[in-house]
Amino acid sequence: MQRLSILLLFVSSQLLLNAQPQITRTGFISFFSKTPYEDIKAENKQVNAVVDLSKKKIAFMLLMRGFLFKKALMQEHFNENYVESDKYPKSSFSGSYTGYVDISQEGKYPIIVKGVLMLHGISRTIEVPASMEVKEDKLIAKSNFKINPSDYNIKIPAVVKNKIAQHLDVTVMIEYKISK
Amino acid sequence: MIKKVITALFVILSLSNTKAQDSTLLELMVDTINAHTSQVVSGTFKATQIVNTPTVESPAKKALQFMIMHRFGRLNEGAYALFGLDNAGIRFAFDYGITDKLAIGVGRSSFEKVYDASFKWKVVRQKQNGVPVSVSAYGMIANSVQKYSDKPYLNAKYRTIYTSQLLIARKFNSKLSLQLTPSWVHFNLVPTPADKNDVFALGVGGRMKLTNRISINAEYNYLPSGQVVSSDVFSSLSMGVDIETGGHVFQLIFTNSEGMNSPYYLTKTRGSWEKGDIYFGFNVTRIFNLKK
Repeated sequence: MQRLSILLLFVSSQLLLNAQPQITRTGFISFFSKTPYEDIKAENKQVNAVVDLSKKKIAFMLLMRGFLFKKALMQEHFNENYVESDKYPKSSFSGSYTGYVDISQEGKYPIIVKGVLMLHGISRTIEVPASMEVKEDKLIAKSNFKINPSDYNIKIPAVVKNKIAQHLDVTVMIEYKISK
Repeated sequence: MIKKVITALFVILSLSNTKAQDSTLLELMVDTINAHTSQVVSGTFKATQIVNTPTVESPAKKALQFMIMHRFGRLNEGAYALFGLDNAGIRFAFDYGITDKLAIGVGRSSFEKVYDASFKWKVVRQKQNGVPVSVSAYGMIANSVQKYSDKPYLNAKYRTIYTSQLLIARKFNSKLSLQLTPSWVHFNLVPTPADKNDVFALGVGGRMKLTNRISINAEYNYLPSGQVVSSDVFSSLSMGVDIETGGHVFQLIFTNSEGMNSPYYLTKTRGSWEKGDIYFGFNVTRIFNLKK
């Protein structure tokens, strides 16, 4: 009987570990294109993100239509002509990170994130530097990297080629409330 | 007994573990993200008009649209008039978005020298997994200042025409959008007692995208007979191609209507496709963002 209770303890601790992933629905991802002719910026504040600290895994998912632009026409063209949001409504990332993060210790921990970015129906493996910061009861994951629209088969017509940068600067900022 | 329980627990545990490994973290989010998909359908049409008929679209808040509508003469004028290219009618218009749902506009047509003022209000917007159609209300007041010598020049109120249109559109998929347009035109003064002061028409139209930036458009505004009696008029049939480049939309069109504002193409279309009274023309729109 004792053995059984030990086992039950073990089982419940396993289940607890499984329940560890931190989840948020208000993550932030933006991209920025700078050319001499036009600055284009869009923000998505409804990014779903999960981090599993025990397995060092990380994943994001967002709706392309969640990207908001300053100019309504740009937003429409983004969805209609470039990323084809009707056909490819979601973009996601799933991967793992390397580096040491101690959530019981405040501080900023540099990490390397590697995984598959799915955008416009095309999946590519990317590897980018990032950081995780533990501050009070928050875990803040940040990253800046560049992506090339042509890698994801996003076609930019010749007429607007000088208005859209070849590399877009992507900023990721995800804030988790650490549930203990 | 205990052994059996232990094995059972191990089995359950290992099963739940394999399940946890198979399901990626992504699957945790699919449900919550799918809950967000009841979104407004945008981009039903590229332009604010199919050809002549207004679409459910309007300029966004603080966006100013400048539009040039141009119609050459009739194709059946023949080679002497270079198939109509010698003649031209034009309408300029400015449309401005007060909010994302309400726009106002002013225009001026060369045909009968008509000034017009209009509004477009997006009343209902189509939603994914929700409302099936977008509905906009369009109203226009048109005033002709054409001078003539055979009659005394009339007071402004007798030269004024009011038009109300209900624009009901559905974007069926990313390529196909259709619109139904019941219209009501009110004339303060009609040429003869047999002509009706209130004229009704029903329009159908739509667009089919060929590529992301090019679509073919067509519209037909059916004018039931017995309303405009004193002149020979036809229902308006127009078709064209939309080409979108950044902030511009170019529309190349063929139509039997010479007039380019609502009361004119709805009730004063004198051309007949059968006889070759076909006007070639174009609409060009340019959006200026006044928002900082």
